[in-house]
Amino acid sequence: MSRERIFAGVREALSGSGNGRARSRAVAERLANPPLHPAGATGAPMLPVELATRFKAHLQRLGADPVEIAREGEIPSAIVNYLTARGLPMRLRRANDGPLASLPWETAPALTLDTGSAKADDTAGLSHAVAGVAETGTLVLASGPESPLTLAFLPETHIVALKADAIVACYEEALAMVVASCGGRLPRTVNLVTGASRTGDIGGKIVMGAHGPRRLAVLIYGPHTPSVPVSA
Amino acid sequence: MNEGSARRPRVGLFVTCLVDLMRPSVGFAAARLIEAAGCEVIVPAAQTCCGQPAYNGGDNTSARTLAMQTMKAFDGLDYVVAPSGSCAAMLKLHYPRLMAGDSEAEASARAFAERVHELSSFLVDVRGMTAVPGSFSGRVTYHDGCSGLRELKVREQPRRLLSAVPGLQLVEMADTETCCGFGGLFAVKFAAISNAMVTAKCASAAAVEPDLLLAGDLGCLLNVAGKLSREGSAIRCRHFAEVLAGELDAPPIGAGREGGAA
Amino acid sequence: MTDRSTFEAAIAAALADEPLQLALADVPAGFVAGRQRARAELPQFDRLRRTARDIRDHILANLDVYLETFEANATKAGSQVHWASNGEDARRIILDICRKAGARVVTKSKSMVSEEIELREHLEKASLDVVETDLGEYLVQIRGERPSHIIAPAIHLRVGDVAKALRLQHSHLPGDRELETPEAMITEARQVLREKFLAADVGITGANFLIAESGSAIIVTNEGNADLTMSLPKVHIVLTSLEKVVPTFADAWPLLRLLARSATGQALSAYTTIVTGPRRQGDGEGPEACHIVILDNGRTELLASDLRPVLRCIRCGACMNYCPIYCSIGGHAYGSVYPGPIGAVLSPALGGPSATAHLAEASTFCGRCEEVCPVEIPLVSMLRKWRMRDLSRPSPTSRKSRALLRAWAILAARPRAYRMAARLGVRVLTTLSGRHGRLRRAPFASAWTRYRDLPAPEGRTFQEQWARRKRIDRAEPT
Repeated sequence: MSRERIFAGVREALSGSGNGRARSRAVAERLANPPLHPAGATGAPMLPVELATRFKAHLQRLGADPVEIAREGEIPSAIVNYLTARGLPMRLRRANDGPLASLPWETAPALTLDTGSAKADDTAGLSHAVAGVAETGTLVLASGPESPLTLAFLPETHIVALKADAIVACYEEALAMVVASCGGRLPRTVNLVTGASRTGDIGGKIVMGAHGPRRLAVLIYGPHTPSVPVSA
Repeated sequence: MNEGSARRPRVGLFVTCLVDLMRPSVGFAAARLIEAAGCEVIVPAAQTCCGQPAYNGGDNTSARTLAMQTMKAFDGLDYVVAPSGSCAAMLKLHYPRLMAGDSEAEASARAFAERVHELSSFLVDVRGMTAVPGSFSGRVTYHDGCSGLRELKVREQPRRLLSAVPGLQLVEMADTETCCGFGGLFAVKFAAISNAMVTAKCASAAAVEPDLLLAGDLGCLLNVAGKLSREGSAIRCRHFAEVLAGELDAPPIGAGREGGAA
Repeated sequence: MTDRSTFEAAIAAALADEPLQLALADVPAGFVAGRQRARAELPQFDRLRRTARDIRDHILANLDVYLETFEANATKAGSQVHWASNGEDARRIILDICRKAGARVVTKSKSMVSEEIELREHLEKASLDVVETDLGEYLVQIRGERPSHIIAPAIHLRVGDVAKALRLQHSHLPGDRELETPEAMITEARQVLREKFLAADVGITGANFLIAESGSAIIVTNEGNADLTMSLPKVHIVLTSLEKVVPTFADAWPLLRLLARSATGQALSAYTTIVTGPRRQGDGEGPEACHIVILDNGRTELLASDLRPVLRCIRCGACMNYCPIYCSIGGHAYGSVYPGPIGAVLSPALGGPSATAHLAEASTFCGRCEEVCPVEIPLVSMLRKWRMRDLSRPSPTSRKSRALLRAWAILAARPRAYRMAARLGVRVLTTLSGRHGRLRRAPFASAWTRYRDLPAPEGRTFQEQWARRKRIDRAEPT
C-alpha cells in the first residue's frame, strides 16, 4: 500500500536523527506555539491612518481603484458612479454578508441587482471583505452561504466593500479576523486578492482579465478607529 | 631589511597554476603589492594546483591529496595570499569542507583557512592599504569573478584600490556580476554556451568603451581576452594586480609584442 | 529524459534558434528586474530567506509527523487524502476518481507534479477532455509541447507564435478575426476557456503548500484560473507532493512573502487561495468532494540522502531566471520536467540517475542560483554531489574529461614532475604563438579556439622566473 510504503520511507530517512516520539513531541510543541516570524512590514507600529495610506498606495500601484466614502450607506451610489464613469453595464450581483443586504439599494435605482452564485453572463460582482492588508494592498474574502466566492472570479468587474477599520498591517492579523468572523474556524475558502486577474504569458506583456476579473474596485467606507497604534 | 622590533609578516604567495603557466607577470605584480604592503613574500616551491578542477569534477580524493600538499607547503607562514578569487575560495572555504569527517584534518584545514586571503582583500582588509605603486591613464572596467564575488564577498576591495591609481578612470559596465562563461572545463565541454556567455560579457564591456578590462581571476581573463581578440576588439585585458603594481611591461593578455599600448 | 548527446544537440539547436534567443533575452528585464525591485522594497528580504530555510528544514526533519497531522486535519475538514508512491499510482488514483464522478470534461490549473507524472496524457488516453487553464500551459498544450519554465510555461514563445497557435486550435472562430495584440489573444482564450470552466465535471489543481494544522491547501495564481477550476466542478482534486506540507499558517506567510517576490517581483500573486475541504452545509457553491493526492516519486530517497536540502524548494523559478545557462538555452533543451539549476539537481532523483545526471555538468558554478534561492538551497554543492556520483559511474561521454582531470590531478600531486611538464608546455605554447601573443588555432584545444583565441604564455613559468630572481638576489653583494 502506498501510504505504508511512503511513511516507512520517510521514517527510514529520518531514523538517523532521533526517534518518532521525539519528533511527535517537537511537532506538538510547535503546533501549540507557532514561532513569531518577521512580518512583512517595515517594523515601526503604524497608526490606522498610516495603514490606510499604505493600503491605498498599494492598490493604486496594482491598478485597483480605491474609492473612499464616508458611510456604508453611500456604497450603492458609489457603485453607480463607478460603473457609469467607465461606461459599464448597470448590473450587479452582490453578496449578502456584512452590511450588504441592508444597504439602501433604493438609492441606486439604475442598478439591476441580483444575489447568489455568479452566473456566466454577470458583468459585475460585489463582495464584502473581512479585512484589507496594508503590507501589500491585499483584500481578504471568506466564502460562505452569504458570500459566494464566484462573485470574485466570474464577472469582469469585481467590486469589494471594505470597512476602513478592517485594514490591518499584515496577513497574520487578517487571518485571525477571518477565523473570528467565521465562528472560530476557517471558512471553506479564504481568497487573498491582490489586484485583478492578469497574465504575462504572451510575450511578457501584462494583460488583465485572464479568466478572472479585468478590473478590481475597492470601496473603503467608514471612519478609521481612534488613534491606537497597531503593530506592523 | 628589517628596522624596528616588529618583523615583517611572512606571506606565502599561492601563485595558482594559471598564473604560473600562463602569466607570471601577475605573480610578480602580486609580490610587488604584498611587499609594498610591508610584508615579506615567500613562494613555496612545492605548490602546484589548489585542486579546484578535481573538486568541481566531483573527485574529492584527488582534491584532498592536493589540499594536504598545499597546506603542507604553506606551513609556518603568517598568511597565504592568492591573486585569484576562485583559488582563494577553494583554499579558504572548501579545504575545510573537504576534510569533513576527519576532525584533526578539518581542524588543521580551518586553521589554514584563517590565514588565506584573496589578494585585494588582503591588501585592503588585512593590511589597510590605501596608496598603490602603479599609475595608469585611461578608462578601466572591472569584471567580478564569480567565486571571489559570491564566496569571498570580494567586490569593493579591488575597486577601492583601482580608484587610488592616479589617472585611472573606473567605469562600471552593465552585468559585472554575470558569469563570463569560463567555469574551468565548462569552457571546453560546453563551448557553445560558454561562447554565448563570453560574447555577452564582451558586449557589456564594449558598451562603456574602456581601454582596459581588469579582473582578479586569470581564468576569466583568458576567456574574455581570447574572445575580445577573436572579435578584433581594441579593449585590452590585464589582471588588476598588474595595474595596481605598475607592472605594465608585459603586453596585455593575448596581445603579443605587436599589440596595442594598453 | 535524454542522454548527454541529445542534450548537446538540443543545446546547439537552442543557441541557433533566433526567436527563442529573442524570447530569452526578455527574462532579465522581466523577472530578474522584478525580483531586484521587490527585494529592494522589503528590508527584511534576506532575513526572511534564512527564516524560510529554517522552516523548511524543520518540516523535512519531522516530515512523517507533519504528513500525519495534515492527513488527520484534512480528513476532519471533509477532504479525502490519497497517497501515491509513484506516477503510476497517482495516475490510477486520479483516473479512478474521474471515472467514479462520470467525468467527461476536466479542467486543470498549473501543476508541475502533473507534468512529472504525465497526467494529462494518461487521462486523455482514457477519453477525457482535459484542458489546461493556465494560459501558458494552455498554449504549450495546444502546441503539443512541454512547459519550458516552472512559472511561465510559454516563456519561449513570442507574440506571433501565440497567434498562430490560437488560430490553429480555435478553427471554429472566424478566420479573418483580428488577433494582433496580446489583449485580443487573451480575450479569445478567456472566452474559449470560460466554456470549459463551466462545463467541467472535475477540476484538478496543484498546491503550493499544505497546512498541517488545518488540513488546508494554499493555491497561488495570477489569473484566478485555479479558483475557477476548483470551485465550479463537482469534484476538486489537489495533486501535490509530500514535501509541500507546512506546519501552520504562521509558517506559510514567510514563504508566501518570498514566493511571488522571488518569482516575478510581485509582492503577492493576484490570487492566493486557502481551501479547506469541500462544500459545506449552506454553501450555494463549491465542489461536493475534495480529494488530495500526495505523491512521493523519489522524494523519500532524496530525504534520506545528502541532497535533502533540495526538498526545501518552493518552486519560485528564481534560480533559472538568474542562470546564465538557462537564459542561453531555454527550458526545453534540458529535456527534463524541471529545467534550470533546480531541474539539474531534482530531475536525476525523480527520473532515475542515468536519465538526467548529465545536466549537472552544464554549469560554471557561478553561484547566482543559490544567491537568489528564497530558501537558501546550496545548489552549487548539490550539483557538485551529482558530479561526485557520476565519478563512481561515469557516463560514456564524461570519460574523456574524467581522464583529463585525473591526469592533471596526478601530475599536480608531484611537484617536480609538474614543474618539468609546465616548463616544457609553456615553452611549446609560447613558440607556437610566435610574436602574436595568442593562438588562433590549437588542435589540442579546438573547443576553445573555435570561438576564442588562446592567449600565449610568457616563455617561462613563474616558478622558474622567481627561482632565477632569487638566485640573482642571493648572488648580489649585500
